[in-house]
Amino acid sequence: MTDTQKTTSLAERLAARFGDTLKISVVRNETTAELAAADLLAVATALRDEPGFRFSELVDVCGVDYLGYGQTEWDTTDVTSTGFSRGVEGEAMGRFDWADRPRGASLDQPRRFAAVIHLLSIEHNRRLRLRVFCADDSLPLVPSLTGIWPGANWFEREAFDLYGIIFDGHPDLRRILTDYGFVGHPFRKDFPLIGNVEVRYDPEQKRVVYEPVTSVVPRVLVPRVIRDDADLMQAKAEAADDWRRN
Amino acid sequence: MAQEIRNYTMNFGPQHPAAHGVLRLVLEMDGETIVRADPHIGLLHRGTEKLAESKPFNQSIGYMDRLDYVSMMCNEHAYVRAIETLLGIEAPERAQYIRTMFDEITRILNHLMWIGSNALDLGAMAVFLYAFREREELMDVYEAVSGARMHATYYRPGGVYRDLPAQMSQYRESPWHKGKDLKRLNSWREGSMLDYLEAFTDDFPTKVDEYEELLTTNRIWKQRTVDIGVISPEQAQAWGMTGAMIRGSGIAWDLRKKQPYAKYAEMDFDIPVGVNGDCYDRYLVRVEEMRQSNRIIKQCVKWLKANPGPVMVDNYKVAPPKREEMKESMEALIHHFKLFTEGYGVPAGETYAAVEAPKGEFGCYLVSDGANKPFRVHLRAPGFAHLSSIDTIVSGHMLADVVAMIGTYDLVFGEVDR
Repeated sequence: MTDTQKTTSLAERLAARFGDTLKISVVRNETTAELAAADLLAVATALRDEPGFRFSELVDVCGVDYLGYGQTEWDTTDVTSTGFSRGVEGEAMGRFDWADRPRGASLDQPRRFAAVIHLLSIEHNRRLRLRVFCADDSLPLVPSLTGIWPGANWFEREAFDLYGIIFDGHPDLRRILTDYGFVGHPFRKDFPLIGNVEVRYDPEQKRVVYEPVTSVVPRVLVPRVIRDDADLMQAKAEAADDWRRN
Repeated sequence: MAQEIRNYTMNFGPQHPAAHGVLRLVLEMDGETIVRADPHIGLLHRGTEKLAESKPFNQSIGYMDRLDYVSMMCNEHAYVRAIETLLGIEAPERAQYIRTMFDEITRILNHLMWIGSNALDLGAMAVFLYAFREREELMDVYEAVSGARMHATYYRPGGVYRDLPAQMSQYRESPWHKGKDLKRLNSWREGSMLDYLEAFTDDFPTKVDEYEELLTTNRIWKQRTVDIGVISPEQAQAWGMTGAMIRGSGIAWDLRKKQPYAKYAEMDFDIPVGVNGDCYDRYLVRVEEMRQSNRIIKQCVKWLKANPGPVMVDNYKVAPPKREEMKESMEALIHHFKLFTEGYGVPAGETYAAVEAPKGEFGCYLVSDGANKPFRVHLRAPGFAHLSSIDTIVSGHMLADVVAMIGTYDLVFGEVDR
């Protein structure tokens, strides 16, 4: 490690090298850089090769679907004429089946899909997170990193399989975790938790048959809730109050 | 006379004993030589990450055990650490020592499973029986502390579920265990769980000697592993390898040393590294890791015996109040009710927490939007990255070497398929 590296943080060096290409944030010592898909390959190559960075390992690539980020199923502030909502009629993940899945305008959320890339520099003992939002959510497209780190291959196949993110330039973009002939991208937020098809052995046809899911009902017991007061400051205040001994 | 010779395709698994569960490997063969290896995974895909999005944070800890089902507590550790980072809480010191100790117990459990099954794959039956003898002893520790031999669900955000038991469970007299035999079985179990572990750690190095006796200089073992599946340091980095796979290739990379978590910074232990990057070096690395883990457990036992204290944070938003307190305090009752019905909200943000699991870097990428359930959990399994390199490493090798290679990857499909 050179002297300049000791004195300047990774975020500063990234900003100095890449300028406006990266939108950098540092939270809890974790550096995240957001960038456009078009810049990814050039930035990634530089991050791997330049002596100041040397991110020799690609640790992880994963897809994220930001549909419904920050939405809750249980309104805990407004009272209606019948009292508080019971938190059972929400439409969020796990509470719909294939036929009732959200469609159309409810899916119109800008910047829905992102590929999140985790890099590791063994030489400098540093980690870096890159996030690439897809420009078009109907055809989420990100350039493939397989040419820079061959280990990206399966991680990108996984993100394609589960989220439908297409990695441009990937040599072998097949499904990896789901069944042969599977339809849909199961980790998208508009895909039902109970799935779309189930299989059983049909003794009459003497083969395994695929049918719409009937053996499981969509049911989630705990509603999704965000409370303003849930942060730990309250708990800390209560501890300071020492109500247990009063 | 010209004769046409064609490559043929062969299905290896998913019902093959050396496929370690549910690997379907489609091999393109030129005679006995591998031309292309195409693993088909996902036969054990359960959608753990999606399931975790539909339940409160604490209810998914048990799913982590079932990912890499031979290194259970290490998986929990990554998930629990990610939640703790976002919550901004830290487990008490005693809980950190307990976690360090159980991570190492888990490492020995994993390596015993690995050495047994890898040797079995390559034709040495006896090692399997030896390794399972010690696995049994350590599983009793799992059981003593959590009630379950494998899927413990012992770690919690903010600490561990409960303190170590003061009395180690003993064998009762039965038609199978009686007299002298019973006395021998219970000789370590007179005192606390820590006493039992102390006896184990005193004894374990001789047991490792026994495995080495069977394998290290064994001619058949060396013929099957030396110079097989050589991975260069450059290749190891390009393919995202971690753990024993990268250390076998000569890079001294270990998160316990480089990015210490829990109490590893205070532990005295060494990192073994290989020279040639072949299957035999990785075998030596893992065997030495067992000895080093034993050292760490010893240090933890010593500290834990001397330093009693809390094992869970004193914060009723994430930890349940004591039973007796709930009898008297309304607030404690409310906290208990809210914690177990709704869970706790985790401040919005994202984090990546990694631990040095026995197989390599097991990471948990967690995105929260402030709700009582995770918005996105991604689990980075070491086996997934390792297996993806098999085509590159194995082409040009013989069919029998594929078995050695699958063994040395230390694959468990619970984590590869998630």
